[in-house]
Amino acid sequence: MKKYITVRMGKHISFFYDKKAVAVLAALIAAAVFLFVISIGSGEMRMSPLEAAAALFGYGEEIHQTVIVTFRLPRVLVAWMAGMALAVAGAVLQGMVRNPLASPDVLGITGGAVAAVVGFLALFSDENNSLTVSIHWLPLAAFLGATAAAWLVYMLAWKNGLAPLRLVLVGIGVSALMQALTTLLMITGPIYRASQANVWITGSVYGASWQHVSLMAPWVIGLLLVAMLAARHVNVQELGDELAIGLGGAVERQRLGLVLLSTALTGGAVAFAGGIGFVGLMAPHMARRLVGSAFGALLPTAALLGGVFVMGADLAGRLLLAPTEIPAGVFTAAIGAPYFIYLLYRSRKL
Amino acid sequence: MLSTNRQKMVGLIGLLIVLLAAMWMSIVCGYTDTSWRQAMAALIDNNGSNAHLVVATVRLPRALIAAVVGASLAMAGALMQALTRNPLASPGIFGINAGAGFFIVVMVTFFSISSLQMLSWIAFIGAAAAAAIVFVISAAGKDGLTPLKMTLAGTAVAALFASLTQGMLAMNEKALEEVLFWLAGSVAGRKLELLTAVFPYLAAAWAGAMLLARHVNILMMGDDVAKGLGQRTNLIKAAAVLLVVLLAGGSVAVAGPIGFIGIMVPHMARALAGVDHRWLLPYCALLGGILLLMADIGARYVLMPREVPVGIVTALLGVPFFIYIARRGIAAK
Repeated sequence: MKKYITVRMGKHISFFYDKKAVAVLAALIAAAVFLFVISIGSGEMRMSPLEAAAALFGYGEEIHQTVIVTFRLPRVLVAWMAGMALAVAGAVLQGMVRNPLASPDVLGITGGAVAAVVGFLALFSDENNSLTVSIHWLPLAAFLGATAAAWLVYMLAWKNGLAPLRLVLVGIGVSALMQALTTLLMITGPIYRASQANVWITGSVYGASWQHVSLMAPWVIGLLLVAMLAARHVNVQELGDELAIGLGGAVERQRLGLVLLSTALTGGAVAFAGGIGFVGLMAPHMARRLVGSAFGALLPTAALLGGVFVMGADLAGRLLLAPTEIPAGVFTAAIGAPYFIYLLYRSRKL
Repeated sequence: MLSTNRQKMVGLIGLLIVLLAAMWMSIVCGYTDTSWRQAMAALIDNNGSNAHLVVATVRLPRALIAAVVGASLAMAGALMQALTRNPLASPGIFGINAGAGFFIVVMVTFFSISSLQMLSWIAFIGAAAAAAIVFVISAAGKDGLTPLKMTLAGTAVAALFASLTQGMLAMNEKALEEVLFWLAGSVAGRKLELLTAVFPYLAAAWAGAMLLARHVNILMMGDDVAKGLGQRTNLIKAAAVLLVVLLAGGSVAVAGPIGFIGIMVPHMARALAGVDHRWLLPYCALLGGILLLMADIGARYVLMPREVPVGIVTALLGVPFFIYIARRGIAAK
């Protein structure tokens, strides 16, 4: 029996799937849907999963429908998309840099977004702490910050090409710089603004609206498709520079493209969900353990895992200390960091 | 580079003079400029006037703390770079700053402790706890304490503590207000007693580091060579870690997390005094003190009349340096 399934679409697109990977993907989709239904049914107003599912499709009590459609659905969708985007951004970076430590957080991309948001809050607030411009510009600020930080890292790490390790080190430096700027901005402003910024830094999908979803969805979904198309380049990059060049890849150009891709994904996620950490680090590792490192299967698996993580973290944050909400980023960190240590502990090579 | 022992001795004395000058500047400069005559009078014959009070209770402790903390952080950084054989290592990589921050936020949040004296002990315990966790994780497994394992375990533990701290602060505005300034790292507003409480530990660690210096030289040649020469490498590494904890933990207890001194200074010292740790460590101590004093003086002028925490100034200075080293390091390989 053949162990692999090969999918070819035209001349430029092909994936191959381990049969096990197909089963894993199916299981993850089921888990995501299950969590989705639980999540929209939970919170201050409880519903059974059945009621929640019914309300989702326009049946059931009117109040249920209102709560779900206006409050919970956008929130859960934003969490889901943010998780997917961060996980794929991390997977692409790790493949490209060939370093298990690489992730949007480590490379300073998240840090740039955070600094930009704190700067935005400081710049456009008047004495009464009301913003002088619409809050809807905040995602744009986050996105610009992420892009600026990525650009800075890329430029500073460039030296006759982009050595992956140098990229990571420069990224660590830039992220320290962004952190210093963030602290500076928080300290010079009044304390309530620091508090407001801090919730955002930790990462929370609280208060997500349909407007957010409609801005985020085309961006994230489009980029995820691009990532799938770029998957084969990541496969080649992962072999190391010599082999990649030997195979005829335009290594540096692909690398620029991949950095842009993961920045755009991170920017999109961070702009709407804040600095949720460790998803980009953790999801790709788990996915690799589940389905191996061929990117055709790895990317969707990582994406689904990331979505499940952030949805789960958001759900836990809503339920654990209800009615107080804990930002989702606290949970992703609380799970992510020990997992990371476990990875280190397990890996023989280190 | 200074090559003979005599040149190195002269260099050391020169740096000592610069350090004293920097301390003097630190006492004289600031929002209320003091004339040197007034400062001198305040130190020798304090008449209790406002200007004299500023010098004796604010400026003098601040200058002393900056010098001592800078020296300790730089020595800790040199030991870390030797231990991990990584030119970019610093005490922060051991999770020391993040651990101290985490413990402080826990105490402020759940036990409402706010006296600076108490907080400094908590910070010290947190720093030691984080370092112990990193040490245990990286010593576990077959091949023992490898530099790479230490670095990675430290990064992970630091990230965990930092995220948990962030999470707690996100839910507690009051705690945020109390610790925000502390978390940025500052030598301002500390009483002299804070320093005198920690100073014996720091001084002991300075002496210990000097005693350990020649063993560290051997360790730098690599684990296999050091073992072949009859060194008990794990013992030396454990001793070095203990010294780092004392030095960096004591510093964080007094001044909060101040980054990049531990990365920058050993490189400068190496450029001056070479790689022999018997010379490198005293050079680090003096240069570290000078750098932190200068950074602290700068911090008073950036946003006058407000002060910027000195930790931010060192980060702004340190990041370009860090990136420079990272770029150079890879090319040399």
